Amino acid sequence: MSINPEIQGKSYPQTEPYLVGREKVREFSRAVLATSPINLDVEAARAAGHADIVAPPTFPIVIQELTLQQLLSDPDAGVDFSRVVHGDQRFTATRAIVAGDELRATLTVTAVKQLGGHSMITSETVVVDPGGDHVVTALSTLVVRGDES
Amino acid sequence: MSITHYDGLAVGDVVAERRVTLTRDSLVRYAGASGDFNPIHYRDDVATSVGLPGVLAHGMLTMGLAVQPVVDWVGDPAAVSDYQVRFTRPVPVDAAAGAEVFIVAKVGQLDAEAREARIDLTVSFDGATVLGKAQVRVRLA
Repeated sequence: MSINPEIQGKSYPQTEPYLVGREKVREFSRAVLATSPINLDVEAARAAGHADIVAPPTFPIVIQELTLQQLLSDPDAGVDFSRVVHGDQRFTATRAIVAGDELRATLTVTAVKQLGGHSMITSETVVVDPGGDHVVTALSTLVVRGDES
Repeated sequence: MSITHYDGLAVGDVVAERRVTLTRDSLVRYAGASGDFNPIHYRDDVATSVGLPGVLAHGMLTMGLAVQPVVDWVGDPAAVSDYQVRFTRPVPVDAAAGAEVFIVAKVGQLDAEAREARIDLTVSFDGATVLGKAQVRVRLA
């Protein structure tokens, strides 16, 4: 089954605020084998000028994931999750995420393409703080494998 | 800690290298931390049923760990302003032996005005690269 091309341009409702917990940042940091004290130690983070420990560069995936769930569960999109493979990923940050941040995210489908027997769906998730200021944009291409593979 | 200086860097400089061994424990830990509980990352029977060689590392785990040598080199995770990868090859993680991933970080481009560098990552497993166009933009002092 291919993805509905008409969802290109579609946006989903902004997610509820996600409160970035300090222990969540530590847990994620350990999971990606981060060793910087700025990811783990509050004093080290403050000494470097941050309000609290800093999340690793790929931490925004946790917030982006909430928006990808909106897309994957959208019956209009027609994405068969069991056939989804991650094609590419990018994070473009205005500032790093720190523990204590409260973040909301909005996903827009930017492209739907067919390549061979596969479908590719590219989305952009914009993450903002409570004042509406940009924090990070996460770009992701999901490949939905065709029937023959 | 202080941020690494821009001055003195040249395109082609290798700024970091690291060998990392991933185990099934690493995958379970990442699943819990990230919320990605796709069973192809912890169940061989499910992985093989969809045509995979066995349990694979999460692409996002490989992406997440590959940037760490750059973070340590630059001195602050907040100095990373942009990071992108393509997932070109899976990393199967053997239940007993795990999987050894090798990371080399090299200066790809320099921007003197912004005092920023683009660091290009070569991430390989079993002699073949697993990430394509893996580029990290960092703000330097």
